[in-house]
Amino acid sequence: MNPSETPADLGAALRRRTHARVGLGRVGGSLPTSALLDFRLSHARARDALLRPLDAPALADAVAAATSGCRVLTVDSAAPDLATYLVRPDLGRSLAPSAIPVLEAERTTPPADLALVVSEGLSTLAVENHAAEVLGHLVPSLLADGWRLAPIVLVRRGRVAVQDVVGSVLGVSHALILLGERPGLGTPDSLGAYLVHEPRPGNTDARRNCVSNIHAAGLRPPDAASRLLWLLNASRLRRVSGVELKDESDLLQIRPAEPPRTS
Amino acid sequence: MFNLPVAAPTPLPRLLALASPARSGDQLAGVAAESREQRVRAQQELADTPLSRFLEEPLVPYESDEVTRLILDSHDPVAFAPIRSLSVGQFREWLLDFATDGARIEAVSAGLTPEMVAAASKIMANQDLILVASKRRVVTRFRNTLGQPGTLAVRLQPNHPTDDPKGIVAAILDGLLLGAGDAVIGINPATDSVRSLEVLSRLLDDLIQGHGIPTQGCVLGHVTTQIRAIEAGVPIDLVFQSIAGTEAANASFGVHLGLLREAQQAALSQNRGTVGRNVMYFETGQGSCLSANAHHGIDQQTLEARAYAVARAFDPFLVNTVVGFIGPEYLADGKQILRAGLEDHFCGKLLGLPMGCDVCYTNHAEADQDDMDALLTLLAVAGVNYVMGVPGADDVMLSYQSTSFHDAWYIRQVLGLRPAPEFDAWLARVGLLDDAGRLRSPSDRLPFTRHALLEDAR
Repeated sequence: MNPSETPADLGAALRRRTHARVGLGRVGGSLPTSALLDFRLSHARARDALLRPLDAPALADAVAAATSGCRVLTVDSAAPDLATYLVRPDLGRSLAPSAIPVLEAERTTPPADLALVVSEGLSTLAVENHAAEVLGHLVPSLLADGWRLAPIVLVRRGRVAVQDVVGSVLGVSHALILLGERPGLGTPDSLGAYLVHEPRPGNTDARRNCVSNIHAAGLRPPDAASRLLWLLNASRLRRVSGVELKDESDLLQIRPAEPPRTS
Repeated sequence: MFNLPVAAPTPLPRLLALASPARSGDQLAGVAAESREQRVRAQQELADTPLSRFLEEPLVPYESDEVTRLILDSHDPVAFAPIRSLSVGQFREWLLDFATDGARIEAVSAGLTPEMVAAASKIMANQDLILVASKRRVVTRFRNTLGQPGTLAVRLQPNHPTDDPKGIVAAILDGLLLGAGDAVIGINPATDSVRSLEVLSRLLDDLIQGHGIPTQGCVLGHVTTQIRAIEAGVPIDLVFQSIAGTEAANASFGVHLGLLREAQQAALSQNRGTVGRNVMYFETGQGSCLSANAHHGIDQQTLEARAYAVARAFDPFLVNTVVGFIGPEYLADGKQILRAGLEDHFCGKLLGLPMGCDVCYTNHAEADQDDMDALLTLLAVAGVNYVMGVPGADDVMLSYQSTSFHDAWYIRQVLGLRPAPEFDAWLARVGLLDDAGRLRSPSDRLPFTRHALLEDAR
């Protein structure tokens, strides 16, 4: 540090090295007003992403449009409202009783291969921003590779493992769920995707493959779709998923994800 | 005299669970009281329960759980003698009595089991938890001295999503400039490998030794990774591990008591402390046993206290509950997080642990930074040994919000608390504190602002 350098210069030098909230300055020992309100804005956006009510018909329309007319069913998990959903993950893993006959009516003989499931999870913003785009890239490729698809199921207030219930009612060999991840301060709209071979109640997470951090500044939706297609095809071929199925899709040309930004 | 017929006592696990202040994790486990009245009735029954009953009725069977065996085998009947005849309610009153000072509490520590202190906490008001904990100082030493009256230390937590050394150094410098880092400079690595641990441990060692900073470093990998690194000659100050209150939950973390003993011996063998030999760092948090499906029908706060029995067997330098990290299914909102933080600090201190707290929350919990301000303030009044210092309170690797360097300075300022004495003197010596002990702007006399890893960033 040369003698003419100011604390602000040092702060800028620190910020070049990390996205963490370094070099914020201080008044006394406390945060300057702008830094205090920047943080509060980030937290407000993360909370809004979580608390935002899902417009299920609009999302269903967007998914149908992006997939050139795939049928979309909307059902509820066993969690009756957001407050219950947040403290009872077990309910988010189950379906409301009313949902079972709706799905049973869709079971075909022989059953379809794959159930595509969408849920807002912990970020409504994430599914609104990215779910239709991921499916828009993924569905045509799946059809081209010979996958027979069940109707897309939109589960309000679902957790990852609800894919096991949906998949087992539909009788499919594979299930894939796209859902909003826990919102971070810098990334309120990050989408996660989990796939499982033989979706059955009682599956552990060790049986699932995860593709996470899907958002504009993370793994972009087209690249996420490529990775999911690779995983699904590999899982179909080897009849396994989870820890037994190593993700080698990075052998594909995928644009590297940028680190998340904090503001 | 003859005995009137009385109702059979409620089994202890059920009684403790029913008496627990409301929290989502106990509801999720299906052990919580179903009404407010039932909860308080249970607290009344618990208040009348003799402390000695906790020695006779283990919550988890002695035969199948090494934590239970540790608790009962290490119980000291001589230390217990002064309180042996008390009920839980009388024990609360004994703790609050003017005549009961820190030394008297310390004298009975080895006679207390985690179940006894958990039971007392359940019938206590928040102010009781604060008052009693404030009497009991627990002092530990490695390269500096933590826990003395009038001090509050800070763990500097400079995490980075990809373990980039330059990013980590930037966060460390930021914290040092704000007077943080006396408890430990502790990195949660994104990658838990010996190689990664070596790179980060050497980085910390170079920084601490190179600039003569009276503090200690830690890279919070798995304990097995740290043992392997020590065997490979990597300089490691403190050995870290997350622990829980049952053998099965610890197994889900990949640890057992024998492994922790091995880790402690490995750390001691390095002989890196200059003022003391407390070498272990443990983290805990309510809900970890339920999360691991290893809760045995016991409430999460009692299980948390049992984790402290594990910790105290290894003379740790640092122990902190990570109170709001695990999510709203265990602690739903700011009120539950605040209560749990006070309970954990109280129980840990009574059992003789150098308790700190990661005052924190996630974005899907009904909490915000104002709730953290409240808990931080109450814990500091209660005499907490240390809190976390995360740049801007925003951990960009673990994606949760904790307390910041600024937060720590706020509470030091309000309560007149000082950093650990050795670190305090160093801050003054390098020009970061003025004669009144206030933060000064960095000057060009600061050697560590010329750190090579930062220098080439310019």
